[in-house]
Formats: sequence, C-alpha cells, structure tokens
Amino acid sequence: MKITEETVSHVARLARLAMPEAERSLLAPQLNDILEYAASLQQVDLEGVPPTSHPFEQTNVLREDEVRPSLSRDAALANAPETEDGQVRVPAVLEGGTGA
Amino acid sequence: MKLNSVKEILASVHKGETTAADWAKASLDAVRKVDGELEAFLTVDEDAALSRAEATTADQGGLAGVPYALKDNICTQGMLTTAASRILENYIPPYNATVANLLNDAGGVLIGKTNLDEFAMGSTTETSAFKKTKNPYAKGRVPGGSSGGSAAAVAAGIVPFALGSDTGGSIRQPAAFCGVFGLKPTYGRVSRYGLIAFASSLDQIGPFTNTAEDAAIVMNAISGYDQYDSTSAKVEHEDFTQDLGLGVKGLRIGIVRNLPEEGLNPAVKQAVDAAIHKLEGEGATVVEVDLPHSEYAVATYYLIAPAEASSNLSRYDGVRFGRRAEAKSMIDMFEQSRSQGFGMEVKRRIIIGTYALSSGYYDAYYKRAQQMRTLIRRDYEKAFEQCDVILMPTTPTTAFPFGEKSDDPLAMYLNDIYTIPANLAGIPGASVPCGFVDGLPVGLQVLAKPFAERTILRVAHAYEQVRDFSWPQPELGVAE
Repeated sequence: MKITEETVSHVARLARLAMPEAERSLLAPQLNDILEYAASLQQVDLEGVPPTSHPFEQTNVLREDEVRPSLSRDAALANAPETEDGQVRVPAVLEGGTGA
Repeated sequence: MKLNSVKEILASVHKGETTAADWAKASLDAVRKVDGELEAFLTVDEDAALSRAEATTADQGGLAGVPYALKDNICTQGMLTTAASRILENYIPPYNATVANLLNDAGGVLIGKTNLDEFAMGSTTETSAFKKTKNPYAKGRVPGGSSGGSAAAVAAGIVPFALGSDTGGSIRQPAAFCGVFGLKPTYGRVSRYGLIAFASSLDQIGPFTNTAEDAAIVMNAISGYDQYDSTSAKVEHEDFTQDLGLGVKGLRIGIVRNLPEEGLNPAVKQAVDAAIHKLEGEGATVVEVDLPHSEYAVATYYLIAPAEASSNLSRYDGVRFGRRAEAKSMIDMFEQSRSQGFGMEVKRRIIIGTYALSSGYYDAYYKRAQQMRTLIRRDYEKAFEQCDVILMPTTPTTAFPFGEKSDDPLAMYLNDIYTIPANLAGIPGASVPCGFVDGLPVGLQVLAKPFAERTILRVAHAYEQVRDFSWPQPELGVAE
C-alpha cells in the first residue's frame, strides 16, 4: 500500500473537500507514515474478536412521539449563509458541478 | 481575591462575605491583566458575565457565584461558539449545551470561551485558527491540547474551574502540561448534548480545577443522565465528594508491567514513581498488572477517531450554518466551503478517516481497529480485577516548545500514548500534578474502572495532602 497524490485526490473527492496540489503533496507522505504505523494492527491475530463500536452496551432509546416546542424558524435560520422566504437558499444543484 | 479554589469561593459567597458580582469582576480583571499575552480565551462577554452574576443568589445551587470558562466547542446560546475553526467563525448557537444549562442553574457565572485545537484535533492548541495559547509556566511552550485554553485559564488563576472535552487525552494532557487537575469522566457520565462532535464514541466532557475536591464539586453539578444524549449513562446520581476523605489504606494501586517507555523522559518517570511511593507510604499496596495491547492503542485510535470525525464533520457543508464559499454549483460550494473553512490537521484527519472507511479498506483498517479496541477494553477489565486504580504518567514528556512537533503528525500522535486507552475503553481518568522538571509541570495519571470516579478523586485527594515538591509561580498568571 502506497498513498499517492492521486489517492489523496480521490479520497478528498469522496469527502467533498477541494484540495490544492500543495496540500496533496504535503499530505501524501504524511498519510503514508500514519498508515504504515497503523499497519501494526495487521500483524495481530484478530480472528473471531468482535468489534467494539462503543465502550458500553447501547440500546435504542425511544420516546413517545409528542408535539413539543422546538426552535422557531427564525432561530433555525439565523446562522444560514443565505435564506429566502423562510428557507435556506443554495446554488444550483446541477449546473456546472462535478456531478451530484 | 484569589480565583484558585471553587470550595473557598463557595464558602465566602455562602457566608455573605463576597458576592457573585465580586468574583465575576475579579475574574474579568484577571482576563484583562493576563490574557493579552496568555491568549487562553477566544470570547469574553463582560456584560453577560456581570448581569448573570448580579442575578445570582448565594443559595442558588452547588456553584453559586463561582466564575468559570467553557472550551469553545461547547455550545452557548447567543454566544459565539467556533470550535477554533474558520468554518464556524460566525456561529452563534441557538441553544445551550446541557452542561452550560446545568452550570447556569447551579449558580456558576460564565466568563468566556477558551481556545482549543481546531475541532479538538491536536495535542498543543496550535491548530486553532485564531490564537496561540501559551503555557502559563513557560510562554515559549505549548499548553497542551486540545483543551489548552481551559487548562491555561485555570493554571493562570483567571477562573477556578473550566470545562474541556477529552477524546484521546484532551483534558488530561493539557492538565499535566499546565500543572492543574483534570478529569475525564466515564464515557456517558456527562451529557455530550451541545458538545461539537469530534469522535462520538470517545468524546467526553470534564472539569479542570486546582484540586480533586473542586473537581468533585463541579462533577456534582454537571453529571447525570440527559434525555437529549442517548449515549448518556442511566446511573444513580452520586455525591462525588463522598469518598474524598477515606484515604488510601488498603487500596490496591496497579502499575503496568512492560508499559511502553519509548520517548518517556526519565525525569517524568521519576516524578511519577515518587508519587506512587508517597501513596504506598499512606498505606496503599502496589500490584503489577498487564495491559498487553497497550502498544496498539495509538494505531487503533488514529483510525477510529478520524473515521468518526470524517463522518461527524460532513455536516459542515456551507448550507445551513457556518462558512459558505461562493461557487457556481452546489457541489463546488461544498468542496470550496470545506477547503477554505478547515485547517490542515482537520483535513488530514478527514482524509485518513475517509480512507479507512472507504470501500476496499474498511475491513483492513476500520474493522481491525474496532476489534483491537475490544482487546484493549478487555485488558483494562482484567487489570481492574486485581487493582482499584492504575497509575502511570499522563504524558511521556513535559510541555514542548511551539512548533516542535507540528510538522510531524505521527510524532505528535505518539505523545498521546498514555491517555488514549482510557477513551477506547470508556473508563475514567485524571491527571494530578506530581512535580516539576526544569520548571515544567508533570502529571500523574489515575485510571479506574467505569463509573469509579469517586475512587480516582479519593486517591488524588489523598496524594494532594502529602505531596511536598516545590511549586514555582507561573510565568503568566495572576500574581499572589
């Protein structure tokens, strides 16, 4: 496994992160180092060990679906970069994009 | 008016000798005097602090009249909350984190919001987009991180307590570097509602104070089940001060056989060993325990935490809140907003995390890390069958100079070797000042099994009564 600038570029696209070339060339060797270090996990026999996604047993928490007060529309929109008619406004979804 | 003891401020306000307003003014004075150079705070709202203090009564609650600070990844309604990131530089939360509400209800007075590594990703507070917080004991050195601002504010005597968050050591490590007490509670002990998420299965909020007793008082106010955090623990409310005076006679201290010592400063080891001897002298017994998978903790953490982070940080897309870049299309807007809004360390972790979760690598990286997490958790379960607490250094070294590790991410990550396992296992851990090496503080880490914070506080309190090293004045701080 070798992390190239192309790999970084591909992963950055998956993460919706525009990445200038200077950043790609800085990150590629650093990620290589980190993943090489992490490769120590490949040498341990983990056959049959259950994965831990959470430190303790968790169960779904349910509650009655009751109408309760919540944020007003104004409060919810107060941080939006652009709004129109009480809604969040965004640029065109399809025009000129790299794919949706 | 010395701002170094929650307990003494409470007593003074309760007796009517001083008021909440007196303490708020003293704390704001300290900010003006010290913070220009210390740079621990990102936001200080004097008017809000003073009007809150005026409205606080002496019998309001468990923290009546006590000024405090919050790490700036804890949401405060109507007050800027940035996570030290450009992407949230104008974000004003429409709600309070549960801990902010609990501290208000208890009569605490919020002085301001403290600096951190961007999104709590870092060990030095250097990745903050806004400020470079200094170590109060050496202004050319880092305060640790990611909760560096909270640790520095308490160490400099600006506030008697502050909250931070700990995902891989972000409370304990800066506590060690700044010479204060820091507690990471058991996962789920304190509600994470309103904490800007980094790695949700590891994040936990906890206090910085000058003593274990003060931390117990703060824990009484902030812990408990919260319906808004489905991962918060449904355990009986307890009084964290209850066992403080019990001493350590008969308590079993575990020390780790074959603890990884690569990079461990011998003088740090010496200070920690001396602290363990002190506790033995107080009647504790020392037993050796094994944590065979310790050497894999850093690798495990630096796959799991970035994986969770890459998912959590997908919400910063420039749509509903946060920074938005001008762009012709929606996708360009996402990509540019994130590229301009995030700093390098955050980008690095998003890329590692996305890679570890991506098709073809998930089993090799993320799943194996989760399996190793199980083995690390089991190591601690077994160890705590033989002992009540495990003691070890909080960090391999004392605070290092600015810039020393910022070009080498892996070297930076390895600095977290002693703090990371507690987050992977979900157990509580504290750092207690146990000496100074070349004028820089050293931290003794105290770990215990899940929900045994009272045992940690008891051991730390017992140690605080007998420690006898000489304690220098901080270089940056409110003079005695």
